[in-house]
Amino acid sequence: MYRGFPLDLFMAQCYANADDLGKGRQMPVHYGSKDLNFVTISSPLATQIPQAAGAAYAVKRENINRAVICYFGEGAASEGDAHAGFNFSATLECPLIFFCRNNGYAISTPTNEQYRGDGIAARGPGYGMLSIRVDGNDVFAVYNATKEARRRAVAENQPFLIEAMTYRIGHHSTSDDSSAYRSVDEVNYWDKQDHPISRLRHYMTARGWWSEDDERSWRKQSRKTVMEAFEKAERRLKPNPELLFTDVYKEMTPQLDKQRESLWRHVQQYKEHYPLDLYEK
Amino acid sequence: ITIMAAAARFFVRGAHPKLSFSGVCASAQRSLGAGLLKLSPSCASRTKTHKRHAAHFTFQPDPVPTQYGPTQKMNLFQSVTSALDNTLASDPTAVIFGEDVAFGGVFRCTVGLRDKYGKDRVFNTPLCEQGIVGFGIGVAVAGATAIAEIQFADYIYPAFDQIVNEAAKYRYRSGNMFDCGNLTIRAPWGCVGHGSLYHSQSPEAFFAHCPGLKIVIPRGPVQAKGLLLSCISDKNPCIFFEPKILYRAAVEQVPVDAYTIPLSQAEVLQEGSDVTLVAWGTQIHVMKEVANMAQEKLGVSCEVIDLQTILPWDIDTVCKSVAKTGRLLISHEAPVTGGFAAEISSTVQEECFLNLEAPISRVCGYDTPFPHIFEPFYIPDKWKCLEAIKKMINY
Repeated sequence: MYRGFPLDLFMAQCYANADDLGKGRQMPVHYGSKDLNFVTISSPLATQIPQAAGAAYAVKRENINRAVICYFGEGAASEGDAHAGFNFSATLECPLIFFCRNNGYAISTPTNEQYRGDGIAARGPGYGMLSIRVDGNDVFAVYNATKEARRRAVAENQPFLIEAMTYRIGHHSTSDDSSAYRSVDEVNYWDKQDHPISRLRHYMTARGWWSEDDERSWRKQSRKTVMEAFEKAERRLKPNPELLFTDVYKEMTPQLDKQRESLWRHVQQYKEHYPLDLYEK
Repeated sequence: ITIMAAAARFFVRGAHPKLSFSGVCASAQRSLGAGLLKLSPSCASRTKTHKRHAAHFTFQPDPVPTQYGPTQKMNLFQSVTSALDNTLASDPTAVIFGEDVAFGGVFRCTVGLRDKYGKDRVFNTPLCEQGIVGFGIGVAVAGATAIAEIQFADYIYPAFDQIVNEAAKYRYRSGNMFDCGNLTIRAPWGCVGHGSLYHSQSPEAFFAHCPGLKIVIPRGPVQAKGLLLSCISDKNPCIFFEPKILYRAAVEQVPVDAYTIPLSQAEVLQEGSDVTLVAWGTQIHVMKEVANMAQEKLGVSCEVIDLQTILPWDIDTVCKSVAKTGRLLISHEAPVTGGFAAEISSTVQEECFLNLEAPISRVCGYDTPFPHIFEPFYIPDKWKCLEAIKKMINY
């Protein structure tokens, strides 16, 4: 959001409606934006890590003072792709920031069942990679670490690993009830004592930059904005079903075209059984 | 700054996409995989868009089995748990492992087993599929029984090398000195209504190209338990794909004690004289409905065959049926090109050429990734199958 991706496009993606840049093909929260250099998210874990190394290598060769940043969690760091990505980026001297959000849980799996070393940051030296661990609940610490990582990654053509320590207060997803594997007290502690948003709020309030009134009206306004976007996206039609067949290849293949035609013939013949009215024509 | 986005496997272990952003219905969800499975009746009336989540099939339970002792009402995930429970009780070497299995698994297939049998027998692994399968091969080679869970069949590919180059070839390459026949890999499989690219795949054909593996897919709770127990006791590495849409939707009376259903044996579920319908997993229930529709609307008599084991498959049962009916329709959700229907079609054409009254018909997924919002158009539903039958009859 801070890069300028509009709320309406977030909602369009979540609703897979006709405005979704991803054309309704992926599940919610798989955003992407060409304009904002944000490669579309895919569900498989850690696959982006070696890809980030490749992208950073290409960026380096363009010599345009750019870096790549790659986000993942401490769970994904267990995948084989993570090892490959770390090792490639170090040996091939890629201007790349690995940003690992260590929030304590990969769904139900706590970090002590994920690794027994000193977290993810400690792996950096093993790959010959700069690495730093920051308090992920401290906005300024994260900001400064990232800024320095970017400076060094670009100036020195090398990867930089940041491990931001935090806690997953929410459930893994709305389908998850995390009380099945962790105590409510544990969650409450982090929620009440060490929440990055409340910490920033307290800091700003203490300096007179923010007040209860600001907070209240900001929350009210935000809720309204989100609900409006939500309802708008919900009402919007789904993308044209033709888009089922495009972009498999750059060009439509004869075989796919045949399949597309056969679907249309079929749907015309049996139209009462297909939800055509929900889709753009 | 170029940004490589993190792969948010936000739902990967079972978020309900509708709920993940509606919030309105979130309280209805109680467990991870559960969210993927429920059609959320509490949400059903909320918008017309929910119409697309109506299941494309009606589960048709098997008759209550009488030959295996007392039965109990179980859904498919409970019948899997029951099979695992029987195994852990009878085989002290057996271990069960994978991502999030300790607390019961995102689809609840291992609920209670850790408490009952100990944390050295039912445990979480780090998040790494190639590790899970490689570890499982090692357990099996050392003589113990390994039951590995891959959280979704869509995520099995990092383990492809371990499965295809290692598990499948262990016995052959060692001159039968070593094998990993004690390995069974379980994975949720198939479409679920809103799973999109990475929670819907049916990757059996990839593995069917690999001699040395057995691949099994059940159509309901009774088969799931009997076939899973067969896979576990079979002395070859087996992949057991579980139709995730059936985990809760499919309920049957399932025998409580251990029993096995033979591998590599297809089951004729309904006899017929005009067309043979071959499928497996969820698609069986589509086929059963299609058989009824064909009878009612077209007066066509269909023989329905559940292949059950994809590799090595039961050629005799299928060919015997086609020799009788002269027509064959094969249907699966996976893309049509290179799908297992192609293999069946080719074999039947060789074996039954002179019996065929019409070209063999395949009603399958299109040659695209599995699309989220277009799923109602993508799946090989009953109307497409019925139309294919019409064409074969009128050929």
